[in-house]
Amino acid sequence: MSVLLSGDEGFKPPSTADFDLPPVFLDNPYTTKPIFLVFLSVILISAFFIAASRKALIMPNKLQFAGESIYTFVRNDLARDVIGHEFMRFVPYLFTLFTFILTNNIFGIVPLLQFPPMSRVSFPYILAIFTFVIFHYVAIKHKGILPYLKEIMFMPGVPKPVYILLTPIELATYFVVRPLTLSLRLFANMFAGHLLLLVFILGGDHLLKGVIGLKLLSPFAFAFGIGLTFFEFMVQCLQAYIFTLLSALYIAGALADEH
Amino acid sequence: MSIRTVSNLAAGEGANPLIPHTAELIVGTIAFTLLFLLLRSKVVPMFEKAFAERTDAIAGGIERAEKAQQEAEIALQKYTSQLSDAQGEAQKIREDARVQGAAIIEDLRAKAQEEATRITAAASASIEAERQQAITSLRNEVGALATELASKIVGEALDDQVRQSRIVDRFIADLEKSK
Repeated sequence: MSVLLSGDEGFKPPSTADFDLPPVFLDNPYTTKPIFLVFLSVILISAFFIAASRKALIMPNKLQFAGESIYTFVRNDLARDVIGHEFMRFVPYLFTLFTFILTNNIFGIVPLLQFPPMSRVSFPYILAIFTFVIFHYVAIKHKGILPYLKEIMFMPGVPKPVYILLTPIELATYFVVRPLTLSLRLFANMFAGHLLLLVFILGGDHLLKGVIGLKLLSPFAFAFGIGLTFFEFMVQCLQAYIFTLLSALYIAGALADEH
Repeated sequence: MSIRTVSNLAAGEGANPLIPHTAELIVGTIAFTLLFLLLRSKVVPMFEKAFAERTDAIAGGIERAEKAQQEAEIALQKYTSQLSDAQGEAQKIREDARVQGAAIIEDLRAKAQEEATRITAAASASIEAERQQAITSLRNEVGALATELASKIVGEALDDQVRQSRIVDRFIADLEKSK
């Protein structure tokens, strides 16, 4: 495919290289666009929520209501409904997780910013490691390290020979698959979504420079790009929700007494 | 692997997108931790405070309303009992008044009766006295008249019926004239 297009008026299709943005200042690797965006998200989120919650009114104004809606969503629909009575301890973490991922994801379609930091795999890795450490820590503290490992490796109520199969699977699930799928799901969605938008918008732009027949096709590419932008918005929200929901589920599993 | 090599070749460069970058790992950790600390210390407690106060305000409002209702009920009971007391008292007063009125009437009637009896007694006593007096004086007068009549009859001869009658008539006429 790349060979085909590269012969066609030198169009370079978007590739993984488009996610390797160069440092802005000198060669300092801390001055890349994704890093700026992550810091921007921290500033925006904290500014918004501190402004919204500062007055803690009984009758909330519009700003507080908006902040509360998001907070209540994470607190009640994610933390409380999934984790149960001990949920309050985990609300700050899940709330941070949700707002952080959501804001950074939405950066992918905000004009001028237009880059999802979560398509840089380092950030999903970090978040998955946080969830990984937390749910194992909670489980070990709640059950003790040996009973916890025993529960993972020897699921009760299973015939003994099945452990030959089940024990490696369960160990892999808890220590490899969970953090890996958690981070890669988020990364891959953001990566693919951004790539898709690049293809249609850069492609539409390139068609515009072509012969008249190709110029006519260009609006379709742009229209598709715009349609996909809305689709991306849905995916971005969904991925933030899924990441937070799964983190809550893992914590709930760590607190549950029965497997 | 071969696909990536091709695309890397086409793009001229491009690292494996699954390999994390040190700078991003550090920044990600710091940024997320910073955001977590900020939200945990500044935002979550304030929202929870607002929720608690709201719950309190609603619960307090209900409690206050219940208390007010209770008070109103107590007041109503008090007023109802006061009203029934007052009605009872009025009933009693009316009853007393009726009894008292009857007693007064009875008393008055007795007094009137007594007075009437007294007046009647006095009247009959005076009539009796006057009768006695009249009888006494009549007796005296009749005696005198009889004496006078007898002397007149004796003085004039009563030979015939006509004359006798005439004398009596004249006597009576004299009596009437002298009266």
